[in-house]
Amino acid sequence: MNLLNVAEQNSIEIKQWPEFRAGDTITVVYKIVEGNKEREQLFQGVVIQRKGTATTGTFTIRKISGGVGVERIFPINSPKIASIEVNKHGKVRRARIFYLRDMVGKSARIEERRVNTTKAK
Amino acid sequence: MAGIIGKKIGMTSIFDAEGRNIPCTVVEAGPCVVTQVKTVNTDGYSAIQLAFGEKKEKNTPAPLQGHFKKANTTPKRKLIEFTDFEQEFNLGDVVNCDIFQEGDFCEVVGTSKGKGFQGVVKRHNFGGVGGSTHGQHDRQRAPGSLGASSWPSRVMPGMRMAGHLGNVRVKLQNLQVVKVLPEQNLLFIKGAIPGHKGSIVTVLK
Repeated sequence: MNLLNVAEQNSIEIKQWPEFRAGDTITVVYKIVEGNKEREQLFQGVVIQRKGTATTGTFTIRKISGGVGVERIFPINSPKIASIEVNKHGKVRRARIFYLRDMVGKSARIEERRVNTTKAK
Repeated sequence: MAGIIGKKIGMTSIFDAEGRNIPCTVVEAGPCVVTQVKTVNTDGYSAIQLAFGEKKEKNTPAPLQGHFKKANTTPKRKLIEFTDFEQEFNLGDVVNCDIFQEGDFCEVVGTSKGKGFQGVVKRHNFGGVGGSTHGQHDRQRAPGSLGASSWPSRVMPGMRMAGHLGNVRVKLQNLQVVKVLPEQNLLFIKGAIPGHKGSIVTVLK
């Protein structure tokens, strides 16, 4: 047996998030500690890549904030993520949609993908 | 120093209590068998010899087979001596990775990855000499001057040059033990440690 997998399974709690992939628009609720207080911050944007394994994987979200493109990478099992909400499923042809970085305005939109919710559950 | 023998498994990352993502190396540490107890009376100093890793009997020389038989154990791959254990040991006792606790600082000794014959830029972090323009060529990763001219009329000893890099014993100090899994004999050590995956390392307390 692969001992690295054993090590990861014993030390990382795998979180159950709704299914999402590149092209989807999601909102991540992220816990931030300021001094003694803890508050939640929302980060909404398009998932441009999912990377790695179920234990140590990450995903990258891109959004346009004040006219500037902002990308943020989250570890998928980070204890600081309070919740993830999928706002929209996007129809894209590849797993890593970095071409979105070069697109502005109307061309940066992603067509919506219709999902059969009854079947998905 | 007290310590344990282990095998480098590979690197991963885990989250600490504050939710930070900590990169760490997983080491399969122990169980190690005490195969020899050295005392001041018999050997002039006190130490214990630990053995780790399974080995086939047919690949073990007869004298070593006897050595392992004395400790009532199977032939082992690696034998290393340790000193300054807190408790007393007898032949055949087992040392586990639970001698370490989360948050302990340790030292790791291993054999670094062999890089073969390398130039001075990689081996000694030289900057190289030339640029790629102004008519220069073939000088970008050259060592440059080896010294002065009429004095000393020779190359000083210890001049850093190209040569074999890596595959030497390396000790890293002040590494933190992030997590211990005693049931699986696994240690999580923060950061990287020397050697290939599967290579034998010594974790010192």
